[in-house]
Amino acid sequence: MNATKPKRQQVPHKLRFTNEDLWGYIFIAAAMIIFCVFTLYPVFSAVYTSFFNYKPFGSEFVGLKNYVETLKYSKFNLFYKAALNTLIYTAVVVPLSLLMSFCIAVMILPFKKKTQSVFKAMYYLPGIASGVALSVVWLWLYDSSPDGIFNRLLGVFGIPAQNWLSSTKTSMLSLIIMALLSSHGVRIITYIAALLGIDNSYFEAAELDGATFFQKVRFIVWPLVKPTTLFLLVTGVIGSFQVFMNAYMMTGGGPDNSTTMIGLLIYNNAFVYGKYGLACAQAILLAIAIAIMSLFQFRLMGVDVEY
Amino acid sequence: MATTGLYSQHLHNKKVLYLRNTVIAIILIVLAAATLFPICYMILSGFGPNVSTAGNMRTILPSRLTLESFDAFFHFSDYSLRWILNSFVVAAGAVIGNVIFASMAGYAFAKIRFKGSSFLFALILVAMMIPYQVTQVPLYILMVQKFSMTNTYAAMILPGLCTAYNIFLCKQFFSGLPTPLIESAKIEGCNQFQIFVKIILPLAKTVLAVMAINTFMSSWNDFFWPFLVTNDPSMYTIQVGLKQFKFANETLFAPMMAGATISALPMFIMFFALQKYFMEGVTIGAVKG
Repeated sequence: MNATKPKRQQVPHKLRFTNEDLWGYIFIAAAMIIFCVFTLYPVFSAVYTSFFNYKPFGSEFVGLKNYVETLKYSKFNLFYKAALNTLIYTAVVVPLSLLMSFCIAVMILPFKKKTQSVFKAMYYLPGIASGVALSVVWLWLYDSSPDGIFNRLLGVFGIPAQNWLSSTKTSMLSLIIMALLSSHGVRIITYIAALLGIDNSYFEAAELDGATFFQKVRFIVWPLVKPTTLFLLVTGVIGSFQVFMNAYMMTGGGPDNSTTMIGLLIYNNAFVYGKYGLACAQAILLAIAIAIMSLFQFRLMGVDVEY
Repeated sequence: MATTGLYSQHLHNKKVLYLRNTVIAIILIVLAAATLFPICYMILSGFGPNVSTAGNMRTILPSRLTLESFDAFFHFSDYSLRWILNSFVVAAGAVIGNVIFASMAGYAFAKIRFKGSSFLFALILVAMMIPYQVTQVPLYILMVQKFSMTNTYAAMILPGLCTAYNIFLCKQFFSGLPTPLIESAKIEGCNQFQIFVKIILPLAKTVLAVMAINTFMSSWNDFFWPFLVTNDPSMYTIQVGLKQFKFANETLFAPMMAGATISALPMFIMFFALQKYFMEGVTIGAVKG
């Protein structure tokens, strides 16, 4: 900081910004303009719009009506249906994919660096294809004719062909299977980085005490990678609450709204029915739900995690 | 051998070691095959014959290898090639914007002490947690109804020109660089801009590469935003075009797979060429986040 001191004295007394301040503002100027126009303004605008019945010319102030309409309980209120669907999807997909990623990461560990990289790449690869491309493929895998790949697989076990995506019984299951068989690359690589960071002395001590492999995993590895698990859990839940692409491309929310997720509901309200105010109110409720869930998970898991 | 003590090294019995590793490798390969299967199926079917009647072509392996399905995909719309070009333009715009603006902002937040910096950075952190559903409607109203920017590259590029996440990523990286380096450059008479260009950027190649790749990937694969702000087929990106194709042609199986393959191809090429940075990108974001 010595270098800046002489400069500070040169600045006239009235001007309160130092040279350093000005450089800072120059460097962040472009980013902050973009941020204000395309993030900050839309957020405030969303809050504002949520109190209106939006029309391109002259919106009408409706107070809390959009929120009341969203939260008013009735059998036909799609918001609760969509919330329940999203919760079920999240509750199955997030913990199972965490567990799968953890197990795969542990299994990749005993190999040499080069072999590890090959496995990492294999598991990462499916994640770089776009959601549209993957949905197009999965639509055909789930084809309801007996020729569909999944139906053939069932046929091997003597189970009759299913209407995967077009039956209320299997539509949600189909989306869940798709999520579980998609890429776990990011989670696996994150776990491996955490696993390689565990100090060997823990294992040496456990070895002396005669611990089995599974005891080591249970009592050393799992507690020590807890911060990673927490991070992946929170980001996983946040991502899963916003899930849109699969439901939109694969089922369109159907049949009978059995796969309508919150993300899709908001999209439909906004861009299919033109109810911008209602969509904004629901999006804000979603944001609040995500914030509460994240805090809750930090509390629940974070008790003995130190940062 | 990886240096983890989790696994016993079976020093006295090499056979047990090999047997164990073989079993684990087989399990891993089977699991990987399951997640890779949809992609392999997509590519293989894309190279299959252009059969349009349902039912008789759903073999896992195509009966013969040919490029006719790709041909059919490119003839499906006058703009098939244009879609790919559009995707490149949009992704390149996003990459350039993020590399320049996010790195500058990240550097300022990490190493320049200016009034309000911690408040502004906190604002950016909070913004990262807001789901995109909140901003999508106002952004749509802004771009489409207020700015009338439908069917322009600007409408597709601008909202993602400098993302909060990339600013955060750069800030994290630059915070790790030694401050005395910058102080001594200042004493030598460099101003902040010279320091940034001559000293900081050359040290930041990895994080810039990671950022460029991640931005390119998310922009190239983005469907939702381009879909909202385009309605002219000549301005579709490849992802939006592929979706139109899906609904227009429920039975054209092989050309659809060819289209999906084309949409994924640039990412595959980048992945195999720059694998190191893809992997690095995961841990840079996760471990420090």
